[in-house]
Amino acid sequence: MTRAIFQALLSHWRRNPLQLFTLLAGLALATALWSGVQAINAEAQASYDAAAATLGEGTFDQLTRRDGQPIAQGTYVALRRAGWLVSPVTEGRLNGVHIVGLDPLTAPGGLGTVRIGNGADVGAFLSGRGQVFGRAEVLDALESGPEKIVSPDVAPGTIITDIGVAQRLLDRPNQIDRLIVAQTQPIRQQPLSVVAPDLTRRVAQSGSDLGRLTDSFHLNLTAFGLLSFAVGIFIVNGAIGLAFEQRRSVVRTLRALGVPLRRLMFAMAAELVVMALIAGTLGVALGYVIASLLLPDVAATLQGLYGATVAGTLQLRPTWWLSGLAIAMGGTFMASGTAFWRLAHLPLLAGGSPRALTMASGRSARIQGAIALVLLCLATILAVSAQGLIAGFALLGSMLIGAALALPFILDRVLAVAERFATGVRSRWFWADTRQQLPGLSLALAALLLAMAANVGVSTMVSSFRLTFTGFLDQRLASELYVTAEDPTQAKAMIAYVAPKVRAVLPIQSAAAQIAGQPTEVFGARDDATYRDNWTFLSKTTDAWDDVASGKAILINEQLSRRSGLTLGDIVPLGDRSFKIVGIYGDYGNPIGQAIITEVAFSSLYPEIEPLRFGLRLTPADVPELVKSMQTDLGIPSANMINQAGIKKFSLDIFDRTFTVTTALNILTLAVAGFAILMSLLTLAALRVPQLAPAWAMGLTRKELGLLELIRAVMLAVLTACIALPLGLALAWALLAIVNVAAFGWRLPMFLFPLDYLRLGGFALLAAGLAALWPAWRLARTPPSDLLKVFSNER
Amino acid sequence: MNVKALILCFVPVFAQAQGFAGLGADADGFSVPQPDPTFQFPADHGPHPDYRIEWWYITANLTDAAGNPYGLQWTLFRSAMAPETRGGWDDPQLWMGHAAVTTSDDHYVTERLARGGIGQAGVTAAPFRAWIDDWEFDGIENGTLKATGPDFGYDMTLSAQGPLVRQGLQGYSVKSASGQASYYYSQPFYQISGTLHLPEGDVLVSGTAWLDREWSSQPLADDQTGWDWFSLAFDDGARMMGFRLRQTDGQDYTSATWIAADGTPTPYANGALNATPLTDTTVAGHTLPTQWRLQLPAQGVDVTVTAVNTDAWMTTSVPYWEGPVEIEGSAKGVGYLEMTGYE
Amino acid sequence: MRLGQTRPRLMSDQNNEATMLLSVTDLRKTYATADGPFDVLRDVDLTLAAGQTLALTGESGSGKSTLLHLIGGLDTPDGGQIMLDGTELTALDDTGRARMRRETVGVVFQQFNLIPSLRIVDNIAFQAQLAGRHDTAWCATLADRMGLTSQLHKYPEQLSGGQQQRVAIARTLAPRPKLVLADEPTGNLDEATAAQVLALMLELVADTGAGLLMVTHSDRLADQMQRRLHLARGKIA
Repeated sequence: MTRAIFQALLSHWRRNPLQLFTLLAGLALATALWSGVQAINAEAQASYDAAAATLGEGTFDQLTRRDGQPIAQGTYVALRRAGWLVSPVTEGRLNGVHIVGLDPLTAPGGLGTVRIGNGADVGAFLSGRGQVFGRAEVLDALESGPEKIVSPDVAPGTIITDIGVAQRLLDRPNQIDRLIVAQTQPIRQQPLSVVAPDLTRRVAQSGSDLGRLTDSFHLNLTAFGLLSFAVGIFIVNGAIGLAFEQRRSVVRTLRALGVPLRRLMFAMAAELVVMALIAGTLGVALGYVIASLLLPDVAATLQGLYGATVAGTLQLRPTWWLSGLAIAMGGTFMASGTAFWRLAHLPLLAGGSPRALTMASGRSARIQGAIALVLLCLATILAVSAQGLIAGFALLGSMLIGAALALPFILDRVLAVAERFATGVRSRWFWADTRQQLPGLSLALAALLLAMAANVGVSTMVSSFRLTFTGFLDQRLASELYVTAEDPTQAKAMIAYVAPKVRAVLPIQSAAAQIAGQPTEVFGARDDATYRDNWTFLSKTTDAWDDVASGKAILINEQLSRRSGLTLGDIVPLGDRSFKIVGIYGDYGNPIGQAIITEVAFSSLYPEIEPLRFGLRLTPADVPELVKSMQTDLGIPSANMINQAGIKKFSLDIFDRTFTVTTALNILTLAVAGFAILMSLLTLAALRVPQLAPAWAMGLTRKELGLLELIRAVMLAVLTACIALPLGLALAWALLAIVNVAAFGWRLPMFLFPLDYLRLGGFALLAAGLAALWPAWRLARTPPSDLLKVFSNER
Repeated sequence: MNVKALILCFVPVFAQAQGFAGLGADADGFSVPQPDPTFQFPADHGPHPDYRIEWWYITANLTDAAGNPYGLQWTLFRSAMAPETRGGWDDPQLWMGHAAVTTSDDHYVTERLARGGIGQAGVTAAPFRAWIDDWEFDGIENGTLKATGPDFGYDMTLSAQGPLVRQGLQGYSVKSASGQASYYYSQPFYQISGTLHLPEGDVLVSGTAWLDREWSSQPLADDQTGWDWFSLAFDDGARMMGFRLRQTDGQDYTSATWIAADGTPTPYANGALNATPLTDTTVAGHTLPTQWRLQLPAQGVDVTVTAVNTDAWMTTSVPYWEGPVEIEGSAKGVGYLEMTGYE
Repeated sequence: MRLGQTRPRLMSDQNNEATMLLSVTDLRKTYATADGPFDVLRDVDLTLAAGQTLALTGESGSGKSTLLHLIGGLDTPDGGQIMLDGTELTALDDTGRARMRRETVGVVFQQFNLIPSLRIVDNIAFQAQLAGRHDTAWCATLADRMGLTSQLHKYPEQLSGGQQQRVAIARTLAPRPKLVLADEPTGNLDEATAAQVLALMLELVADTGAGLLMVTHSDRLADQMQRRLHLARGKIA
């Protein structure tokens, strides 16, 4: 019996291959977008984890010098001799490769992710030429020297080697950057302040700094993936709904012939599982392609924005495959829920004509409208009151689903109004006919709505991020040239040398501190017009900079303010002094607190810190010449001088890459929505013939009918776009003002980009137009005999 | 990767059966011990970097005021990847420290690893000083001894009550029938006292200690699977060193030195010493004998040697058993037992 | 004589119980309407023996189709009993009724109800496969007798109405049901085709020895049945 049931059910697909294609393609595309984004995120995360494991971040406390200078090797030995189980790390960049030198004998985490196979030559690792471990492409970038061992688990862009080899490669003999503190220490060890008073202990953070820094970027990507998936699920829902609707008569016949309902449901569920598996597999494969195409750009973005190195090539991860298949399966059943419910409640003896595609009529439309209203009300309440990530996502969900459900109702009202104001029989017929077609297209239009809203939302978010971040760079990189001296002597010589050539020399110095229990980096700033002119605040008192200059006031960043609850007017103790908060500024992407006091107050609090970094103010055109002369006259290597214009150009390049990724995803989602429209129109085409035949009989040519179909599709897309724009902006607002704050502790200001929206709208219309083109062309070519049949074979 | 485990492959003393094979008999670039050595002191208290392995090995039998027995171990191993020294991180000399305190109920163990060349670990001959991290063995006639671990530590003073003793033939100790040998001398006559820092508090202790100095490049033969080593201090002032090297064919290679109370050594070649396991104990999944019968008929010795605490398992990178023993039988006394190579 | 008169009746009753393919007792079906409950069927009794043919006539809305659906296990009554082939149909649950539809009853609908995506050959074999009684030779015979041999590889939409109904009849007879129910089987056909299709159906039903209950409003068709019952406003007249 089962065979016969499947034969009957599956024969439907053989006769309607297009529907099968829609279903599979929709599901595959949805899965592809989702899993592509997931793959990128997973790859990046794996890279951070590898980096964290390599560097011992997160697991172990670290010792560094308060002034940020390298630790002398003697200090390391002194600590060991005083009973401190610490392990040295020397790291640096060579030919763009991050070189990490470890001492395997003392490193508490061993060599992290490096696995030396059986028979590995430890002697070779520890002495002589030495060995370097890294990914193949990284090793290639390294000149000859140590023996190269390919090790794919090492963090991308990184090589791991013995500390002796690293010091030799980097030409930094006897210099150590930090010490990893083993978790278990012996008894009776001398206090750190006695053995090495110039070192400071940084407590292990759960979750790497890199991870938290880049979370923001990944949250954006994840949101995009989720929205894309929602679009895809709408398509799948439409395809499944249509298939179930069209098979209604078959189902009824089967049941009349004695197939039990449960068996039938089981068979249809099994059919869907197989389809979900096929589509899921295709989707994951497609997602892999998308991810591997986009990953180099994403990697470049992350590298540029946060200095996080992500491998440019994708590895296949089993969890990712499985989650892709699971999401395809889950999505299918989510999309088929209503179809199954209706199937289960299908009366055995319902009236003859199929109720296909009339869902927006009557009672079900009213129910849908009511649900939409409830969801939109909920979204409004959440928008006012939401705090925290879950509430933020609930807001996103209720807003999007509510809007999608409300769409048919809104369009129907708009069309009804248009119909009322239409003059002439032909245009009234056009509007009425469009309304009649609306139920069949509403799912595809909802998909388009979501796709556009997602695109508007994400574009706004990314562009706002770019604008904020470049503004932030302008503020932070106000000086034209940044110079790092190697030691205080060189610093003094440099200041004397440049004094006559520049407008101002601004020392950049910082110290680690605790403010209100939060780890905070305190900066000492010189009172200078540079800050007064460029620094923007979220809130401040009128004479903030004057107060800071007086040595009695402090400026803090948004993160510190949000976490500690400190606000304007609060008093902050620091060392033996106390400061009044006079300003709060945005500090995007910084995971910890930051505060600024005046230079004088800073040096009285931290007399041991001598500034080595300086910002120089001069005419931008003079920068290259000054760089050259400082190189020759002072011997400052060019690597220690950073041209501000170069950094900004680099940052903008990075953002352009982000936009490449975003635009690619935008176009993909719109293509998916366009595809949904195409499929809906094609499915409707057969049903449309009886509706169009009278118009044809009354004197419209087939060509006119085709053109009207095209116009109708584009017009519906325009209407949908009009609704999608405010929805997308609301989405962007929720992402920036609620989700971002909940996730990272800072709020991104929102900017509007009308030109972008216009371009997006153009894309959407293009997608809809392209989608309608073929059905319209087919309609224009319908043989007259088919249209005549409507009259001769009326039943 | 477990570098530490791999590093230990360079320390053949502890290597299990498979580790010996890798070492081979040909000492690639390293010097090989020759018969009839002439030791130069204090120079020979210092390291011999042209030999592959070397150790400064102190064991002590202690009692507190109430007469409770304690064991103490302080060991510094040197293992060379090449027969030379270089400054800085390139130094091929690797150092490993093991420290332990054994009470009748507990056994505390800890381990340190370091590279030579940067000052973190090393040995100087004059003035004599051996160290790794904060552990120190300072002065060979009258010295101090210090070690710390996560849950214990000790601060001791040593005083030699007798002469240095050359083991084997004038310090040339043969380890197999095929001729593998090491240079080996001891100071078995230390009086030791000081403080043990234990979780339950500091304990003042005193007793006798024994220093073993040994260096070689090819100590064991291919067919040898492990060893049982005894250092015994009899109540009458005499000392005895004995070891049994187990072979894959089930045969043993034994060696012993009888040390009279005045320090005069009498070496005994293979076969003179009988070491018979009496009681097996399973410790950390390894079954090994914790009670022995030792017979050296030439000196009228027939004693039973019993572990003070059978659970003296050294949970170091390569694990082994090392702990204090008590002697009953033809003579009474205390001593130390080390057993390696038990699967 | 009274005794003599009674005995045969008793025997005949007993005979009824044993050999009657279908017996319907006190059947009632009510629909809720805007004007209150409306009895579609009231106290309907009828019997049908194996091999017998019975016409059920009546005006539109007299309850003929409802009665047929109830007997076919497609719908459930509000009172009364239906015994079909020794089983009390009215006592079965949904699964049991589905099994009855599969294995005991065959229904020929006015709308044919073919499966549009299956070819004719598969449509004919379909119900027999569901019932687990597929017989290729018998299906071929049916197709031959119905004059469908040249149409086997077409789809339903490519066939005329008369041909489609012949497919539906062949499908119904393929599993050799004990009772064939036909609901206006020729209602969608012109007169000449209708006569042809009906003749074929009667001939084949007779060959399989099945009982036939046909709903029709045509006296001419009803006359070709062995018995005839008239239904008026939900009651057997």
